[in-house]
Amino acid sequence: MQNNCAIQMCSITKRFGQVVANDGINLEIRRGEILSLLGENGSGKTTLMNMLAGIYQPDEGEILADGKPIAIRSPKDAYSYGIGMIHQHYKLVDVFTAAQNIVLGLNDEKLDLKTINSKVKRICDRYSFAIAPERKIYDMSVSQKQTVEIVKVLYRGADILILDEPTAVLTPQETEKLFVVLRAMKEDGKAVVIITHKLNEVMELSDEVAVLRKGKYIGRVRTSETNPQQLTDMMVGHSVVLNIDRPEYSDPFPRLTVEDLTCVDHEGVTKLDHVSFTAMGGEILGVAGIAGSGQKELLESITGLYPVKEGSVRFFEENGCETELIGKTPMQIRRTGVGMAFVPEDRLGMGLVGSMGMTGNMMLRSWRSGKGLFLNKKSPEHLAKKVWNDLEVVTPSTSFPVRRMSGGNVQKVLVGREIASRPRILMTAYPVRGLDINTSYTIYNLLTEQKMGGVAVVFVGEDLDVMLELCDRILVLCGGKVSGIVDARNATKEQIGLMMTSVGQRRASDDE
Amino acid sequence: MSSLIALLVASVTFGTVLMYGTLGEILTEKSGNLNLGVEGIMYMGGAFGLAGAFTYEKAVGVAASNGFVAIVIAVVTAFAAGAIASLIYGFITITLRANQNVTGLALTIFGTGVGQFTGEFMRVREGGYVALSNHLKGAFTFQIFPSFLRDIPVIGRILFSHNAFFYIAIALAVAMHFFFQKTKTGMYLRSVGESPSTADAAGINITKYKYLATIIGGGISAIGGMVYITTTAGCVWNHEGLSGVGWLAVALVIFCMWRPLNAIWGSILFGALMIMYLRVRVAFIPTEIYKILPYIVTVVVLVFSSMRNNKEKQPPASLGVNYFREER
Ligand SMILES: Nc1ncnc2c1ncn2[C@@H]1O[C@H](COP(=O)(O)OP(=O)(O)O)[C@@H](O)[C@H]1O
Ligand SMILES: [Mg+2]
Repeated sequence: MQNNCAIQMCSITKRFGQVVANDGINLEIRRGEILSLLGENGSGKTTLMNMLAGIYQPDEGEILADGKPIAIRSPKDAYSYGIGMIHQHYKLVDVFTAAQNIVLGLNDEKLDLKTINSKVKRICDRYSFAIAPERKIYDMSVSQKQTVEIVKVLYRGADILILDEPTAVLTPQETEKLFVVLRAMKEDGKAVVIITHKLNEVMELSDEVAVLRKGKYIGRVRTSETNPQQLTDMMVGHSVVLNIDRPEYSDPFPRLTVEDLTCVDHEGVTKLDHVSFTAMGGEILGVAGIAGSGQKELLESITGLYPVKEGSVRFFEENGCETELIGKTPMQIRRTGVGMAFVPEDRLGMGLVGSMGMTGNMMLRSWRSGKGLFLNKKSPEHLAKKVWNDLEVVTPSTSFPVRRMSGGNVQKVLVGREIASRPRILMTAYPVRGLDINTSYTIYNLLTEQKMGGVAVVFVGEDLDVMLELCDRILVLCGGKVSGIVDARNATKEQIGLMMTSVGQRRASDDE
Repeated sequence: MSSLIALLVASVTFGTVLMYGTLGEILTEKSGNLNLGVEGIMYMGGAFGLAGAFTYEKAVGVAASNGFVAIVIAVVTAFAAGAIASLIYGFITITLRANQNVTGLALTIFGTGVGQFTGEFMRVREGGYVALSNHLKGAFTFQIFPSFLRDIPVIGRILFSHNAFFYIAIALAVAMHFFFQKTKTGMYLRSVGESPSTADAAGINITKYKYLATIIGGGISAIGGMVYITTTAGCVWNHEGLSGVGWLAVALVIFCMWRPLNAIWGSILFGALMIMYLRVRVAFIPTEIYKILPYIVTVVVLVFSSMRNNKEKQPPASLGVNYFREER
């Protein structure tokens, strides 16, 4: 048992100013084993692994490789100990080819394409990867980029692989493929560490699970001897209910009807192709699809942010009056009193102003209602305090810049603000992306609460398991077309996965 | 016809000045550092380059002075002045991680001040007039190609009638192109400018690359200032002619889409735009309009290139952003 231990981290502590990101953590990484690192947002998983990758230096504690203490001062050092990390935000140069990225920084390597290609090919054959070495990174899909990252790490001879939330951006099929690769690596005696929020993936893939909570090491269990409930309890520190409640609203009614919505981007590519559906008040309508199938354009064209080529979007009042939304600017839509709230995918880009605090961000929604020259700060301050308390936002104060908060808390601020505007349509794009289980469930509950208040909720998501539990109906997009709308109560994941790829031609990038 | 050729030749002379400024700044920007101090750097290059040659001539005497040595001294002093100014900029932005725009603007103010001071100081000390002897002046504008080539009708004047600095600048542009595209060091430098965190994770020494590119780039830009003083200005300190040239070089970098080969024709074009008011005078158009032409062209190019959304024709992705490994 002892001889397959690759890395030992002993009482590692890392601080960022006041924040103790890692507090006396002990962790052992073994060869021939897949270890899941589990923990809520901000529990210090990335920080801990970054210390192995040479990005950060521990303030206290010791790292042992094969029993001997080592110092990892830079990513280069990490490679020399066989440690390779695939970061959450890929470290690739967009304008370089795959091959150039793979050999970047290797001093003994000539820029000789033949040798590089043959070595790359050997790695690809072993794990049945398919990459085109001459293709530029900006032409690649997310999963292809990830493959390049993995090949890059293997090319450098890494036998300890760390993957930081690798599945967050992959489709179920792509995730499956990745897992096959990781299992093959395990067979080869490599040590694999994977960080993920998704418990079903943890259960499916890993041999052992180590749990962190608020920077502290909580414990380590064998996957075969645990279950999602136990893991969640370890992560959160108290027991949480893992079921998503799906109550039925007494009488759903048509709220928003989209007909033949077609959008073309500035390069002439059709992003939405005659999309039609009706969103009901008192219902959560899920929107599923491979990343980039038109989800973003759909939400943005309904909210008046994206130019529409043709089609109509009509909003129905309770009394049957209807309003056409196409052709109106977001401001005009708001003036009509439609009551539309939008939680965009790009939280800090489109949703919030990073350098302002909670109060300032609350004000963005209401500043026009202030009278006179000066801003009315009282009511936004009040709202900020309310969101802070109700949603348990972790922040030192309501004026603390939201950019510095962790992802989950940023999302809570945004959702809290949007819900506070008492919308009748609530549109959310990947509202739980990058959030831990506990916060995700908070968000799910908030959405269900809205639905039971008669709001038409549109939920663009990526985790099909969750969507099948949370939504009432699921609309599946494929290449900008609607490939179908299914009843979430009796649809299956496989069925939806198939619909995501079936209508229209397959993306060229998938064929390689 | 002959007036057209004259315009072209004059454009090349002024374009050469711009080419050095631009090539230096391209090198700097490829490392992700946006050095807005080019204006100041070129001033310093002009003043110190002239001071170098002038001091040399005074030290050895007019009769004993050698043109080639004077040129080398001028180049070396100008380069050193630009390199030192850029080292200051590099220390503040790379090591201390201060805002690049602010630091660059400060360097422009500092550099124009130092350049002016040096130039004026020399002038006053020499009793109101610093100039090199005619013998050395000739060396700086010496046409390197033999007369039978220069005498070929039309072609001769267009291709072979320029001074050495022009041909050296072209060689430099080609060498830089080769360096960026074909060498490993060049590729690493580009990766630093595109995505420093990627380069860092790949084990590339970011700090070293950024410093070297910034210092050498600043040195090259400074040579442009020296070339202006020793050719166009006739080896006399002339601060007015240099004013705005550095900014033009910064605009030209954008116009060239960060490609050294484009800098060759781009500089000549900008050179032409700059001297047009002297040569192709249309009575009712004020000279000020002529003088903003290069900037208008740059804006138009910027608009078009961003509309086309071509991933290859973009600034280095991390341009203007400082890198700190532990920052998130
Ligand atoms: N570079 C950094 N600078 C300042 N604080 C940081 C930095 N990286 C992480 N933190 C803080 O450390 C804590 C742990 O973060 P992280 O390791 O990213 O968590 P996880 O990956 O588990 O979500 C968080 O509170 C975060 O805000
Ligand atoms: Mg993380």
